[in-house]
Amino acid sequence: MKLPNFEYAAPSSLAEAVALLASGGGEAKPIAGGQSLVPMLAFRLAAPTLLVDLRRIPDLDRISVTAGGVRLGAMVRWRDITDDPRLTTAHPLLKSAVAHVAHYQVRNRGTVGGSLAHADPAAELPAIALTCEADIAAAGPSGTRGIAAADFFLGALTTALAPDEIIIEVRLPPWPPARRWGFEEFARRRGDFAMAGAALFYDEDASGKATNAHVGVLGVGDRPLRLAEVEAVLNGHVIDETTIARAQKAASASVEPADDIHASAAYRRALVGTMVERALGSACTRARASHAGPV
Amino acid sequence: MPVRFEVNGKNVEVEVEPRLTLADCLRHNLRLTGTHVGCEHGVCGACTVIVDGAAVRACLMLAVQAENTKVVTVEGLSRDDGLTPLQASFRKHHALQCGFCTPGMITTAHALLSEEPDADAERVREVLSGNLCRCTGYVSIVEAVLDARAAYRKREGTAP
Amino acid sequence: MRPTNLLVGSAVERLEDLRFLRGRGQYVDDLARDGVLHAAILRSSIAHGRIRSIEIAAARALAGVHAVITAADMGKSVPIIPMRLQPLPEFHPFEQPVIADGKVRYVGEPIAVVLADSAAIAEDALALIEPDIEPLPAVANRRAAAKDDSILFEDKGTNLALTFRATRGDAAAAFGDAAYTRRETFRVQRHFALPMEPRGLLADWDAARGRLTVCGASKVPFFNRRILAKQIGLPEDAIEMVENDVGGGFGARGEFYPEDFLIPFAARHVGRPVKWTEDRREQLMAMNHAREAECDIEIACARDGRILGLRGHAFADMGAYMRTNGAVGARNIAQFMSGPYRIPNIDIDVSLLMTNKTPVGTYRGPGRFETDFFRERLLDMAAQDLGLDRVEFRRRNLVSAGEMPYPIATIAPFENRDELDSGDYQMTLERCLEEIDWGRKSRLQGREIDGRYHGLAVGCFIEGGAAGPKEGARLVLEPDGSLSVYVGSSAVGQGLETAFAQIAADAMEIPIDRIRGVFHGSTSYVSDGYGSYHSRAVVMGGSAILLAASALRDAIRSRAAHRLGCDPAAVEIVEGSKAVGPGGSSLPLVGIADEGISAEGSFLNKKHTYTYGAHAAHVAVDPKTGHVQLIDYVVVEDCGRIINPMMLRGQVIGSVVQGLGGAFMEDLAYDDQGQLLAGSLADYLIPTASDFPMIRAVVMEVHPSPINPLGAKGAGEGGIIAVGGVIANAVANALSSFSVQPRELPLTPSRVWHLLHDARRAEAAE
Repeated sequence: MKLPNFEYAAPSSLAEAVALLASGGGEAKPIAGGQSLVPMLAFRLAAPTLLVDLRRIPDLDRISVTAGGVRLGAMVRWRDITDDPRLTTAHPLLKSAVAHVAHYQVRNRGTVGGSLAHADPAAELPAIALTCEADIAAAGPSGTRGIAAADFFLGALTTALAPDEIIIEVRLPPWPPARRWGFEEFARRRGDFAMAGAALFYDEDASGKATNAHVGVLGVGDRPLRLAEVEAVLNGHVIDETTIARAQKAASASVEPADDIHASAAYRRALVGTMVERALGSACTRARASHAGPV
Repeated sequence: MPVRFEVNGKNVEVEVEPRLTLADCLRHNLRLTGTHVGCEHGVCGACTVIVDGAAVRACLMLAVQAENTKVVTVEGLSRDDGLTPLQASFRKHHALQCGFCTPGMITTAHALLSEEPDADAERVREVLSGNLCRCTGYVSIVEAVLDARAAYRKREGTAP
Repeated sequence: MRPTNLLVGSAVERLEDLRFLRGRGQYVDDLARDGVLHAAILRSSIAHGRIRSIEIAAARALAGVHAVITAADMGKSVPIIPMRLQPLPEFHPFEQPVIADGKVRYVGEPIAVVLADSAAIAEDALALIEPDIEPLPAVANRRAAAKDDSILFEDKGTNLALTFRATRGDAAAAFGDAAYTRRETFRVQRHFALPMEPRGLLADWDAARGRLTVCGASKVPFFNRRILAKQIGLPEDAIEMVENDVGGGFGARGEFYPEDFLIPFAARHVGRPVKWTEDRREQLMAMNHAREAECDIEIACARDGRILGLRGHAFADMGAYMRTNGAVGARNIAQFMSGPYRIPNIDIDVSLLMTNKTPVGTYRGPGRFETDFFRERLLDMAAQDLGLDRVEFRRRNLVSAGEMPYPIATIAPFENRDELDSGDYQMTLERCLEEIDWGRKSRLQGREIDGRYHGLAVGCFIEGGAAGPKEGARLVLEPDGSLSVYVGSSAVGQGLETAFAQIAADAMEIPIDRIRGVFHGSTSYVSDGYGSYHSRAVVMGGSAILLAASALRDAIRSRAAHRLGCDPAAVEIVEGSKAVGPGGSSLPLVGIADEGISAEGSFLNKKHTYTYGAHAAHVAVDPKTGHVQLIDYVVVEDCGRIINPMMLRGQVIGSVVQGLGGAFMEDLAYDDQGQLLAGSLADYLIPTASDFPMIRAVVMEVHPSPINPLGAKGAGEGGIIAVGGVIANAVANALSSFSVQPRELPLTPSRVWHLLHDARRAEAAE
């Protein structure tokens, strides 16, 4: 499974990288950690004429935590997220999801930008980006633009990026400390792509009812999905056993997964309901634990 | 194109096609055949090497991406006059049979214990879950890595 | 041997480890040669078709390509690979040509070989070859095969290669009278060995001396040399097969594959060394598949739980060709379905059906894993129907020590009578129950705790080993007093060098560091070797070493007697280091002969050994995800005579984990067009370090084998044989309140969920 032929460049600036991509006539691709791209080349599922390596471009690997939210540079690696103590409180949902990504060696090289650009339907970060209404900043020949996550993922391995655009950053909105959240996924083995997963959060109003619910799922469609029907079940209600059961049913009813060699459609449908159920359960458990703490 | 990097403490320069992986470069251009190729799509971990202190899959890295980095392979974690504490622990616990996955297990375990000498069994299993073995069933490998922690805590025989 | 063995029986650390741990092993892809060309193989992407033409011009013209070889280059006929085991004439029409010849019959079948300056260029060239293949309807499974609508081998006119039949007693009468019978169908999925090292070959043709050297040999190098010599038109002694370090075999590596002809042929064709390294995607479609079998079987019992008979039909999906050892698994399904149990009346046939899928060969415990699953499932079902405790039911029906040797069913054709040699099956069952704490854990059966259902199961097995006919060894006392050991057995990672060093050192009464080396497998080492399969290496190779040691001691005494001027009978070898004559005269063994002294030994054997034991499992099933957590798994095995207990336990645990892969996750799934859906290690899933942390093995030496001087029994496969049955029974036990009955492997989360879901729906409908 030797790689096909390609030209290679490692530019030292973003502008140079964009220009190189543009020169490729749609046949050039950026490479970051290569954890998703190189296997595609090994299977000869992709045959770019030019790889533009982003590793020498400065300032793409910063994690910034401010009142405006969390910004992850495109070259931030999974291990950088895991190792950053600020994110435990600044974005616990992100941190929890990233703990499920791949394996030790992959986490040392795989990047945020690479994952978003690759857009695997069962990947964690696209689901987080979608659920949290992230904004993806991309640089192209005509400058930089922001693409809302809701507009970014178009299908399996397909995004709204133009062939001459490079992701430079993903911006997650600020995370209130009292927010409730949960992340659950079920994979065949640890580190495998999930057969289904749920990433969700909600806030509570003064009477303890959920508001602003955001429920995203992965692995049950050709891209991550936000389940408005589930959000409608949660909003305006206390998250108790009854609500959770209704949310589980609504989740299963609102997806149309496919059969494949790992799982049947019926199973995935049931599984995503269970993932929503368990994610809500963990949100409640965390809520009770924080209420039980010192005032 | 030329690429210059450090391997096991030595500076090297090789002339490679961009499409050559780091794994193939180490094995065939530099004749360091201790790093093994088991799948070429980033799943089995037999090709694990350490680049700038981090364990990585050499089959998913292009040789040209190793420019200006420090690479350590299983040969760089070995001695001519005997076994390192990690290797001795593997031998003591019978943590290898055919030996094909072993270099990847050694480099991964070394990287882990260098950073986390107090890793517990759960953590060791989590980290090693990215390295496939078909012979041992893993039980003895986990035991060997746990038993090697003492040397890493004391930093005895555990360079680089 | 020494009156007390110093080395045999102890956990000596392995000699092999010193090179493997430092990355100094030498596997075939590690070898380099000046002027080498790299081979890549174009494989059919269509499951069944007629080859109209193969356009190679564009590939041939690619810079760096030196040759493109097809069937057209092979002279008047394309060589056929003969079967090595059970080579019945009925199988001959189904044997495989070394390259597709007129037809393709499976996705992955070799069509052409490209030779180029690098593996990458060779692979680039594959994309430029245009085979024009007229597709034919694909025979996707054994039912389609049996219909004979689409035929793989037109002149044969059928896809049914052969039916084996295993019989004992009078099954018809037994079933006619029986108070209780139950009939069930079961299925085991296609999966395979997946050794971590892909295959590889490096062939060197020395035209000047007319000699061919092939590196990358394994398992049965002497047999393969014989085949290659005939196919390529060279005398056997003009070919040397070299065994390098091998990254796992498990039955699949080392059999004669198409590449074992194509690569040496290519080297001769172009007059340059040729190297081929299989890649993983290729291996999934080109290395022997295994295990795919279904059955429709029936058990008959007396009311008191005595098993009266077992009968029925099994169907083995053979893939597209009969491979060198393709019949073994199928045959074993029928002959060994009774396992360690007393089943007086048996009538089981197994049909070998050809399909448009990768051909099938042996994989650890071939046929035994499948048939154990079939039988143990049926036993648990019968026990439940009869209101008997599952353990007691087994106790009542295990063959007892007093009944040994116990003849099992006779298999025909290729008449084979076999018998269980020695052992105490009750003892290993009791020990296994103790180890898993069955008494206390029984209370958990079927109970839901923290959202998961708990289940237990136990199963008993036998493992056949030590296949004959013989093995050869040669020992050399070197001038410096060290000992070199040469043996025909093959090392595939099982620690052979260490085991044989232990045996040889004890036999010659020397410390292990005086063993200069153990040289195995390659055809230059002994005059006649047989290899490693059917768990035979320690028994056959080890016994041959003992015989060689005895011959060497005689030769040393002779030489010493000559120099001391006395009768050889009067010479004693003392402390492994000196020869002492009458009157105290002595000679050190170092330098006793300028050129060293060598002796050979050959061990012949016609009977199989049977290790035996029991497995038990404790599982917890999550009904919402279908995930089965393995809380505890125990194997207890009596292995006769243990050479190195540490290595043996390693074999057992490794074997169990392979079995768990088969029970839960491994699946070479095909679609109905014969397309292999498992194209990578992201699809073909094997266990990782975090899946099954709790596996325990207790190995014992209670009943040595009576049929070899070591008393050893082959023991590499027992750990896998019982896994499927025990896991499926444990899951059934866990979900017994839902009447869930697994009848098919693998028990993936999706399948377990469906079993539960369908059972609940059926209940709700009533």
